[in-house]
Amino acid sequence: MSLRVPKRISAIEFGILSPDEIRKMSVARIFTPDTYNEDGTPIESGLMDPRLGTIEPGQRCGTCGNRMGECPGHFGHIELARPVIHVGFAKIINRILKCICRVCSRVLLPQDVINQYLKRIRENMDKWPILAQEISEEVAKKVANVKQCPHCGAEQYKIRFEKPTTFYEETPEGLRRLTPVEIRDRFERIPDDDCYLLGIHPKRARPEWMILTVLPVPPIAVRPSITLESGVRSEDDLTHKLVDILRINSRLQENIEAGAPQIIIDDLWELLQYHVITYFDNEVSGIPPARHRSGRVLRTLSQRLKGKEGRFRGNLSGKRVDFSARTVISPDPNLSINEVGVPEFVAKILTVPEKVTEWNIEELKMLVKRGPDQYPGANYIIRTDGRRIDLRFVKDREAIAESLEPGYIVERHLRDGDIVLFNRQPSLHRMSIMAHEVKVLPYRTFRLHLCVCPPYNADFDGDEMNLHVPQSEEARAEARILMRVQNQILSPRYGGPIIGAIQDYITSAYLLTRKDALFTKDDVCQLLTVAGYKGDLPEPAIKKPVKLWTGKQIFSLLLPKGINISFRANICRGCREGCKETDCPYDAYVVIRDGKLLCGSIDEKGIGAFVPNSVLHRITKDHGYDAAREFLDKLGKMLIEHISRKGFTMGLDDVEIPSEIIEKIQKILSEAEERVNELIRDYEEGRLERLPGKTLEETLELKIMEVLQEARDKAGEIAVEYLGEELNNAAVIMAETGARGGKLNITQMAACLGQQSIRGERIKRGYRDRVLPHFRREYGLSAGARGFVFSSYRRGLNPIEFFFHAAGGREGLVDTAVRTSISGYMQRRLINALQDIKVEYDSTVRTADGQIVQFRYGEDGIDPMKSDHGSAVNVDAILEKVLPQLLDEIVPERRKVDEDVIKRLEALEREGVLPKSLIDKLRDLASRVGISKEHFETLLKEVTKYYNLAQVEPGEAVGTVAAQSIGEPGTQMTLRTFHFAGVRELNVTLGLPRLIEIVDARRNPSTPTMTVYLEESYRTDEKKAREVARNIEMTKVESIADDIRMDLTNECVVILVNEHLLENRGLTIDEVAKKLSRIKDVQVEVRDNFIIVTPKTPEARSITALQKLVEKVRSYHLKGIKNITRVVISKKMRDGEVEYVLETEGSNLDEVLRVPGVDKRRTKTNNIHEIAEVLGIEAARAAIIEEAMGVLREQGLDVDVRHIMLVADIMTATGEIRQIGRHGISGEKPSVLARAAFEVTVKQLLDASARGEVDKLQGVIENIIIGQEIPLGTGMLELFMTPLVKKSGGE
Amino acid sequence: MVEILEHELVPEHIILSKREARKLLANLNIKPEQLPWIKDSDPIVQIIGAKPGDIIKVIRKSPTAGTHVAYRYVIEKGREK
Repeated sequence: MSLRVPKRISAIEFGILSPDEIRKMSVARIFTPDTYNEDGTPIESGLMDPRLGTIEPGQRCGTCGNRMGECPGHFGHIELARPVIHVGFAKIINRILKCICRVCSRVLLPQDVINQYLKRIRENMDKWPILAQEISEEVAKKVANVKQCPHCGAEQYKIRFEKPTTFYEETPEGLRRLTPVEIRDRFERIPDDDCYLLGIHPKRARPEWMILTVLPVPPIAVRPSITLESGVRSEDDLTHKLVDILRINSRLQENIEAGAPQIIIDDLWELLQYHVITYFDNEVSGIPPARHRSGRVLRTLSQRLKGKEGRFRGNLSGKRVDFSARTVISPDPNLSINEVGVPEFVAKILTVPEKVTEWNIEELKMLVKRGPDQYPGANYIIRTDGRRIDLRFVKDREAIAESLEPGYIVERHLRDGDIVLFNRQPSLHRMSIMAHEVKVLPYRTFRLHLCVCPPYNADFDGDEMNLHVPQSEEARAEARILMRVQNQILSPRYGGPIIGAIQDYITSAYLLTRKDALFTKDDVCQLLTVAGYKGDLPEPAIKKPVKLWTGKQIFSLLLPKGINISFRANICRGCREGCKETDCPYDAYVVIRDGKLLCGSIDEKGIGAFVPNSVLHRITKDHGYDAAREFLDKLGKMLIEHISRKGFTMGLDDVEIPSEIIEKIQKILSEAEERVNELIRDYEEGRLERLPGKTLEETLELKIMEVLQEARDKAGEIAVEYLGEELNNAAVIMAETGARGGKLNITQMAACLGQQSIRGERIKRGYRDRVLPHFRREYGLSAGARGFVFSSYRRGLNPIEFFFHAAGGREGLVDTAVRTSISGYMQRRLINALQDIKVEYDSTVRTADGQIVQFRYGEDGIDPMKSDHGSAVNVDAILEKVLPQLLDEIVPERRKVDEDVIKRLEALEREGVLPKSLIDKLRDLASRVGISKEHFETLLKEVTKYYNLAQVEPGEAVGTVAAQSIGEPGTQMTLRTFHFAGVRELNVTLGLPRLIEIVDARRNPSTPTMTVYLEESYRTDEKKAREVARNIEMTKVESIADDIRMDLTNECVVILVNEHLLENRGLTIDEVAKKLSRIKDVQVEVRDNFIIVTPKTPEARSITALQKLVEKVRSYHLKGIKNITRVVISKKMRDGEVEYVLETEGSNLDEVLRVPGVDKRRTKTNNIHEIAEVLGIEAARAAIIEEAMGVLREQGLDVDVRHIMLVADIMTATGEIRQIGRHGISGEKPSVLARAAFEVTVKQLLDASARGEVDKLQGVIENIIIGQEIPLGTGMLELFMTPLVKKSGGE
Repeated sequence: MVEILEHELVPEHIILSKREARKLLANLNIKPEQLPWIKDSDPIVQIIGAKPGDIIKVIRKSPTAGTHVAYRYVIEKGREK
């Protein structure tokens, strides 16, 4: 193969094909609707004409003489008997018609206005696509009422448009149909310049081309026929459609020539139009879709391109690929985390193209000789002339092997050490695809190391995973250097490890490092050998009577030197009197000094997968990825060996409780049941007190659930206490160490399941007054009747309990299912909107077209993955490392700092190299340790070094990472709001729905809320707080009235006022009357505690009018701020003191801030748009960040702020809040292809064509679609290398 | 209301002088439209009296860096989408 230098496509210009262009590019004029002959050969001038291309392999193309693989296909054309409207352009045609004079075809605006626009256009040509849109809209509006053409004086008629293609002109004589010919004629007269005003680019898309006179015929390759097994040839849908068009076209032509009556011609013309419409888009509303003989609808051009399975999303942005494999996965603890076990039969099919050089030629010759059937061998040879030799069909492989020369390529079997990409869908993360080293193994599953399961979210219950083999040296290099598993140990989502010990590894680690874990020499040697430890044994901890080593000693041997860390293990009970640290009676305080585990047991917090600041994390950060990988590999093997030898299991006995305890539990439960019955009696007999803001029923339910929850928890505590005495109980061990399960699981297994719930409430649906007929109606509300399960799993559930449990459990399953698709869509939108965002070489963060989004990534330039769980640098850890002697001198109080140090710090601040937060940290540290200038310099040097190491690299696809880091946890968020079992007055949207609201920039959130803080003097005074609350809370007449009625006899509306409520709101009856008198045409009168509203006009006294008046009066706004439906006073802590704070249902920031007593500095709302309108876009940005972080935090998800900050920044980059979806950021992308690939495909393409848009291919998807390198990451630079040329006579 | 400048969520907004603006654009080597935008109808812009074409320096509190300086280009409402 000669060196073909690939050309780079720099832009794609869109436009409309002119009839001339169509004819020019056509190789054949198509006449006949027939496809094939009797004998099966394609017909000339028919639709399957050989000049259009070949589909048969081996057949040569009529035009270019190539065979099937090479021939690109050639277009033909059909001359239409009459012009037909292109349905896709109908809307645009409509718009143009309305703006054009019917006689002279000039734009219906005076020349000077036209000139103004032209000037504006010429100046802003670079922004043409958006300009076109704007200007065409403006012009359309202005032209709406013009009756006379300013250029030729002709009168204009209104144009009416009927879907999908008919246009009428409203002349004084009546409605006249505009034929395509007429429209075309009008369009032809439009001067080029005027086109610009219409949003059309005259050079690339003349309006008359939107009416088709010639129809291009796609090559056969685009619409191949299929030969069914019955031998019958089935034509493609498009071919069928073309046949239809051809038939009608011929008939039309014949009829025109034969001079048929106009009606016939018109009919045929209509039919032709129908067929052409349907050929382009078969889903046009208003016309019946074309169907196949079988009744199924045809899939025509538009359908081929549109969404998910369509061309863009299904064949371009993402495609099926060669050199891939997929099977079931199974675990293998004997692999390294970096490796993947590949079945031999897969390795024989997937090949790696290795170029023959003088260094590998011998080896490759061997492989070729072995051939494709013997592993390891080779499948193909590619010679320098491009010829491919299939080794399956070669007779003498020896000879072929000898003929190998440098420059050939051998496609050899996959072998150990090759780099492959391994992936599990859904790929929510970048860690869902990682590079592994191949290890070829027998049998038929892919094998992976267990610790690598979390990033893939893989389990072995039947999951399948995919494998891809990179084919070029560059691809292999990129995979090896960037994507290797060990390089992905730290997650960019929160700056901590995502690969680490899970389940049994944790249990084993705990059992190994417990205080009482002792091992003989034999044990120790066995464990260490399995771990691959090569070194000396330390002195045993116990020497007499038998030499015994502790588990901690063994563990320490695997820790690299220099690790210093201390923390509380998972088993820590949280001793209330204060942690005893090293003296912890449970051995829960872990201390590691210089790579030796001194005290504490290792469990989840030590080596777990999702734990930031764990031992694993420290090793990774301090010693690098290789060390971390080795650590995990070795530790993993050892832990498995340990637990296998020790034997660990869980059985029924592990949740068995003795009868005394069972009795205790029973007692608690029956007491609770009795308490519940009491509550029910109170309720029924009217003694129950209503909680504020809730109805009586709600109050009852709340209280009942509270009681029952408490009971279950107490029962659980008893059980756990008994079982967990010594941490010898398998279930308890697993729960406490964090291996699997938690307190709730043990409670449910041993003690009591508890209340089942649906939508946060007890099960209520079913029969009247009761859920199941097994209960009597009087008992329908009792604990057991509404889903409280008394039994434990061990004891077993009775049928009724089982029913309730199934009902509640079902909700969870449905929630998960629905949640996946909703969260998936959110992730897709986030990714699509953010994917072009990258860090430039000047450290700014920009979009595809160079717009600055952030001046420095995350405001401090730190890569979240390289951060230490969010903070740029772990100053304490550095201090430990560099100046350990100072550690003991740290005191909690502030001390005086050395003068020089202060000056240095100030200088640093001025320099601006290190961020202020870091400088502050240093300052704080300096004040707590007596640090000298020299020591400080040393510390500073290290800190600066680590700060620089933690910076984001230019080229980093920050947008995609941010989108993934937010989208991936979305899958774990609750889909519903109901977590408030306790008394909660206000109801706010949380979780996934709220996050979606924020990202969609919804104008009015589903639960608008304001948190109103009060000014100094009002804060601590409850009365004043109440006053402000009353002033804010919107009071309508209905809230102060007992009754509002129509009085028919007196023809008026009567309001019975409730004095108590009136007082509550701080109003007097006269005030109310005064307010009401503002209603138009009414007379208001006060009589005792009645207000009478009488309409003045006789018409307003009719029954209907009075009814309306009643409604008006009922909801008449009396006091307070609109939209604020409810105000609740609550208390918050502030600097140790309590302050009164108002919480609102409803939001109106502007008005509320004006209310006296309101703290204008701190009061906020959750309505982002209001914040933007009242406080400015910067404030809105901050609000978005705050709200989003709040949602994630509330769900217990850890996401680095920087990702949210990026999203907030891009949402506010244009000065207003834009949503993530197609009506916002994604829809405003400059690239046509990018927009087409996201949503509404076809429309984007058509509009772009009319505007003559140019796609500069600056973003990610555009380049993926055309198959070019991405302008991100590796694609942001070019590598130049001067090869070492061997000079004659040696180097 | 001038007091919104005091609100927790609102950072400091300062109008750059012509010279400062030029220096900024030169340093970053960009055209002013490439900066993030802020509308002339933005409440803060109205209070400090910035006009379309001005560049505003925004000094905000940052959860990561302590303080962060950003810039915005004032845009006339409606234009320049």
